[in-house]
Amino acid sequence: MASKVIQAFYNDDDVLMHAVKKVKAAKHHIEEVYCPFPVHGLDKAMGLEPTRIAITSFMYGCVGLTVAIVMMNFIMIEDWPQDIGGKPSFSYIENMPAFVPIMFELTVFFAAHLMVITFYLRSRLWPFKEAENPDLRTTDDHFLMEIEIHDNEAELMSLLSDTGAVEINVSEKDLH
Amino acid sequence: MYTVSNKLKIGAIILMVVGALGIVTGFLSAPSNVAEAKAMVASHGDSHGESHGDVVKVIDEGHGSYKEEGHAMTEAEHDEHVFHQLANKPWAALYVAAFFFFMIALGVLAFYAIQRAAQAGWSPLLFRVMEGITSYIVPGGIIVFVILVLSVMHMNHLFVWMDQTVVDKDVLLQGKAGYLDPTFFLIRAAIFLAGWIGYREYSRKLSLAQDESDDNSNFKLNFRISAAFLVFYLISESIMSWDWIMSVDPHWFSTLFGWYIFASMFVSGITVIAMVTIYLKSKGYLEEVNDSHIHDLAKFMFGISIFWTYLWFSQFMLIWYANIPEEVTYYITRIEDYNLPFFGMVAMNFLFPVLLLMNSDYKRLNWFVVMAGIVILAGHYMDIFNAIMPSTVGDQWYIGIPEIGAILFFAGLFIFWIFRALASAPLQPKRNPFIEESRHFHY
Repeated sequence: MASKVIQAFYNDDDVLMHAVKKVKAAKHHIEEVYCPFPVHGLDKAMGLEPTRIAITSFMYGCVGLTVAIVMMNFIMIEDWPQDIGGKPSFSYIENMPAFVPIMFELTVFFAAHLMVITFYLRSRLWPFKEAENPDLRTTDDHFLMEIEIHDNEAELMSLLSDTGAVEINVSEKDLH
Repeated sequence: MYTVSNKLKIGAIILMVVGALGIVTGFLSAPSNVAEAKAMVASHGDSHGESHGDVVKVIDEGHGSYKEEGHAMTEAEHDEHVFHQLANKPWAALYVAAFFFFMIALGVLAFYAIQRAAQAGWSPLLFRVMEGITSYIVPGGIIVFVILVLSVMHMNHLFVWMDQTVVDKDVLLQGKAGYLDPTFFLIRAAIFLAGWIGYREYSRKLSLAQDESDDNSNFKLNFRISAAFLVFYLISESIMSWDWIMSVDPHWFSTLFGWYIFASMFVSGITVIAMVTIYLKSKGYLEEVNDSHIHDLAKFMFGISIFWTYLWFSQFMLIWYANIPEEVTYYITRIEDYNLPFFGMVAMNFLFPVLLLMNSDYKRLNWFVVMAGIVILAGHYMDIFNAIMPSTVGDQWYIGIPEIGAILFFAGLFIFWIFRALASAPLQPKRNPFIEESRHFHY
């Protein structure tokens, strides 16, 4: 579905923050904000939900710990409990200190890598992905706020020009 | 200006009186000769004979350094041994509690010096709280020193190497006699205490002078002496841990012991900073301290708890893995005789804080931080208990009246002293260069 969006450009993150707050106060839905760098507090001003990626990471860590324990228990204790240098392979707990480095590393490995992959999937990032950049300047020194137009172009125009925007464009855009 | 509430003062004094009664009871009920000790063990009706037999058997399995215990003990020797353990009990209880509260103040002092040397922007609002807590190193340090002097004067048998008759029979101790010499031991302790107390008093003076001055020279000088103190502290703390803690078991040695004790005092110190801050804030004295400050302290509690566990495990695993007889006896006595305190401590100092303080939101809940802090403090008391007791009272340990009495007494003294110090100066530094940043600190 193609629809019209209004794009307001800013060249300062402070001005952008004020603009976001003003647009939110006027009850308009901000489609997206493009920034060259992370702007502290922007997510709060836009009213975005906090991320849950730390929770997924914790669960992945638990999976990693379980994998390590099950693997070492099967290999070293159940399958072939050899006497290796006198280490007690009678039960998992007796030989546990020797397994802790592996348990730790696999926990970190799973937590880190699966969390990163989760991040890529949720943010739709992969090699050869087509960049979704509305304007090249937003990766260098401009900030861009994008608002969908629902027959209120004039009203939005005047609101945004009051917020200190350096440029305001209206463009057709494919919205997913 | 903060004034100590009467409730707190009376509470602290009650703790001290009850604790002192407990300590005195402990000393009165300790046996004064072998016959009394024998009667005490018999009246307890415990299976001491058997359990001790196990230890002797374990030690017998070729642990050369414990030969003098390893060969079959005659009954008279065994009774003499138990008498010394029982006679040590009230002393060890006193020493563990005295050192535990002293190390909290010393840990806070290290944290304070790091904050100054690192020019941290978030913490200046808490400097007065930290200075209040470090005031305890003066009485606490003197009490620990007095206990050490009494040990050197043979009032107790906490440090077996101070007994010349033992050293004469022990080649290993003779080899270490150059370092483990009672006079040299006291001189080292005096130098360390003088250094720590000296830094604390001077830094406090400069911190107060900075409030009244019209330039930043006091602040800069404080920065420089804090950096210098940290160098002194790292060396002295390491040697202190060999002297005051590792040497109760003079046959045993470990290289990362100093760091391990450091981690324990550091995390206890940070926990106490958080708890005192939360208390003062709840009474309305630290309005400008916000949730983000508590959050930062809780993060430190979380991180240093893991650091402590890392050192604990590194020490344990290396010795367990290599299983060299002269080192491993340390852990064998602890696992055999102190199973629950030894592993329970790991749960309290690691599992509990890791699971409770992992969530970012929980680190901002004051009651959550206080609950986690109580468990961490109890866990680190057990840590020092596990370090001192096995070599001084052996399998005669028990957390009874002498131990709890000593904890209560020093807790009372600690609370009384630090809140008195907190009331002696405004709780907020006036013109620290970072105070504005600290006021607006937000995480």
